[in-house]
Amino acid sequence: MAGYRVHEYDVLVVGAGGAGLRAAIAAAQEGARTAIVCKTLLGKAHTVMAEGGVAAALATVDSEDNWRVHFRDTMRGGKLINDWRMAMIHAQEAPDRVLELEEWGAVFDRTADGRILQRPFGGHRYARLAHVGDRTGLELVRTLQQKALSLGIDVFMETSIVRILKDSQRVAGALGFRRDTGELLVFRAKAVVLATGGIGKCYKVTSNSWEYTGDGQALAFWAGAELMDMEFVQFHPTGMVWPPSVRGVLVTEAVRGEGGVLLNSRGERFMFHYIPDYYRAETAETPQEADRWYHDKRNNRRPPELLPRDVVARAINAEIKAGRGSPHGGVYLDIASRRSPKEIKHLLPSMYEQFAKLADVDITKEPMEVGPTMHYMMGGIRVDPETAATSVPGLYAAGEVACGLHGANRLGGNSLSDLLVFGRRAGIYAARYANSLPQAPTFSGDEVETAANELIEPLHRADGENPFALQAELQETMQNLVGIVRTGDELKEALHKIQELKDRTKRVAAVGDVIYNPGWHMAISLGPLLVVAEAIALSALERRESRGAHTRDDYPKEDPHQASFNLVVSADLQGRPQLRKEPRPEMPQELKKILEEV
Amino acid sequence: MALRTIRIFRGTAGNGTFVDYQVEVEEGNVVLDAVLKVQAQLAPDLAVRWNCKAGKCGSCSAEINGLPRLMCMTRMTLFPPDRPVTIAPLKAFPLIKDLVTDVSINYHIARQIPPLRLRPPGPDGIRRMTMDDIERAREFRQCIECFLCQNVCHVLRDHPENWALFFGPRWMVRLAELEMHPLDDDDRRNFLKEKAGVGYCNITKCCTEVCPAEIRITDNAIIPLKERVADLHYDPFRWLLDRLRGKRPIPRPEERVEKAAAS
Repeated sequence: MAGYRVHEYDVLVVGAGGAGLRAAIAAAQEGARTAIVCKTLLGKAHTVMAEGGVAAALATVDSEDNWRVHFRDTMRGGKLINDWRMAMIHAQEAPDRVLELEEWGAVFDRTADGRILQRPFGGHRYARLAHVGDRTGLELVRTLQQKALSLGIDVFMETSIVRILKDSQRVAGALGFRRDTGELLVFRAKAVVLATGGIGKCYKVTSNSWEYTGDGQALAFWAGAELMDMEFVQFHPTGMVWPPSVRGVLVTEAVRGEGGVLLNSRGERFMFHYIPDYYRAETAETPQEADRWYHDKRNNRRPPELLPRDVVARAINAEIKAGRGSPHGGVYLDIASRRSPKEIKHLLPSMYEQFAKLADVDITKEPMEVGPTMHYMMGGIRVDPETAATSVPGLYAAGEVACGLHGANRLGGNSLSDLLVFGRRAGIYAARYANSLPQAPTFSGDEVETAANELIEPLHRADGENPFALQAELQETMQNLVGIVRTGDELKEALHKIQELKDRTKRVAAVGDVIYNPGWHMAISLGPLLVVAEAIALSALERRESRGAHTRDDYPKEDPHQASFNLVVSADLQGRPQLRKEPRPEMPQELKKILEEV
Repeated sequence: MALRTIRIFRGTAGNGTFVDYQVEVEEGNVVLDAVLKVQAQLAPDLAVRWNCKAGKCGSCSAEINGLPRLMCMTRMTLFPPDRPVTIAPLKAFPLIKDLVTDVSINYHIARQIPPLRLRPPGPDGIRRMTMDDIERAREFRQCIECFLCQNVCHVLRDHPENWALFFGPRWMVRLAELEMHPLDDDDRRNFLKEKAGVGYCNITKCCTEVCPAEIRITDNAIIPLKERVADLHYDPFRWLLDRLRGKRPIPRPEERVEKAAAS
């Protein structure tokens, strides 16, 4: 690949979802020359798909709510192996981040007295999700996107980053290419913020779009940073199951937050059979009590449909396996018999439209068919809880690509607040770090040359495997062997298969040229996908217990001893993944007290 | 399962043609499914933009059998099974390749719109709005930026030179969203007239017809904006007052076009 243009910035943000946009805004406000690089057009990132809301203890609906309860709910939802410092910062700062969006033009749904309305959600003790109908993500992305443009931040759309460039140890920039022209781009930057989101495209049934191929996790891994908690992959309990082409598309938890119930083929509200001991004291025992809770939270306990996502996903999985599923292999989610058609259309407009247009189902009249769908990655790049810095100087990460806040399972609504809180912090600290350097460190031209040649290789192979077919094989493997319920034998089989796919990736071929060529792009994405898949399978094999979203059939119980460590994956000298157990820092007494008392 | 013919435009600007592909179409499939099947099985270099596959991101706009639509929300059953389904890129934007066009002009326009200016909050620091207050602008906030409205607006589609003079329907919706924000404190009337060119819209409602978010663009966004501008510039009393004060009347849109053409 011949010449390239060099662009100079203080801070380069990779990804333009909520975390990337928020980081870029913060960096620009700190005075850093800032650019955003994103794989799609601006405003199309997966944050747009977020439906239910953003969790923040604003206490506009339930006045008892405060950051301590939010902290407690997040830690309990994450089965106590979250980074407690992140969980504390998140709970404390989320309300300010939501109010700030309002200053920038976001318009949330309102309470009767004109304040921000909050809705109940799984695992949150109080009504805590600020929302805009069921289109919260769209509002959030538009608001941030317009704010970023108004600050004059440069945006490189439809551009991929394929390498972090370093001097001997620090970040010196990044190498990428324009997807629409194939043009090679070199960024000289003092700091890079990774905000590339998730890894959904490792799996066959997922709510994620084509973009989520683990790019940021792999870039960090290759650059020498650490990945952590990779065994914790969230399967959202309710994805569409029919028709086949939309299998996996998300059905918001807000359906249950607004009163929707899960039923099996016998019409039973089966979640009452799946209440874990851990949540028994705070969960309703009868449908009558559960129904009263929506209007009187003080004297009743929460419906079991609003248990954390890992619990609900496993329950649905078990019902389907026991032969009590719906015709298309899901269970029923019923809002029609619980709310009036007018309320449903007002509260869940995009769900109404989605089912009407794609599945010929009128959700005001009949139940939806739903089943688990791979939705979110709790694991990711290990970061400092205060600064979002990785172990590589100058490299920062925020949002889904980072890890720590959610532990073994993320609560609904905590993702949008995560990306606002830690997106901002990543931007601020990246900018301060950049501002402290007189000039960008230098990288070697050879490194650029080698990476550029590697990039173009699939186009030069006369024949070879179809990259889409290889991705499909990986997805099949991860879905069947590293899914909701795992066993040691299957995980070993998956690792074996991943090795095989890694070898075959070296022989994939892409037809056509460098101009907007999805086959070539897919060939490039196979690298990151396989890094992530291997890290997930390795970590899942190592954690010999069931905790949160990680369920082992051969180790079905939670083991209190294994709460003492997180699993960390990093590259060894040959670039192969190596695992280690990272002991967890002791929680201060005052936080322990919150967990016990609140 | 049934074998269907998908006729897709392949190529770059000035160098392209329609190519027929045959793929198996399943029950419930949308046009995007068929296109992605072609890409995965028959033409890996087929360029197409898409993301959410649920009508929420507005990436997969195309002209399907001549109708501008989202591919992900258009069911294959909409078309007669024995005839090819023809898919072409958006016509109003420069072609990059196959079904992908260069829509970057929209982002340049977005940068020209000044951000919201809110009036100060109440004494308790809380910004109070009621559901009734926000209802009017809520519609505009559902825009998914698919740019189908920009594509069919004949002010732009038939006269590309007008891109310099008229922001187009999407950005009228954005401006309406700002204007109708309950706490908005700005006066955009001059901007609407001079920069955004609201006068160019001649209310043919093509934009409204294609909007997948069902925003009543013309009736609810553009006409109210035109009225606001008219209140400022074409109010007869104001006109008289300006004349009496010796101010010159501001030229009308038609005159600006002539000027632009002359220069």
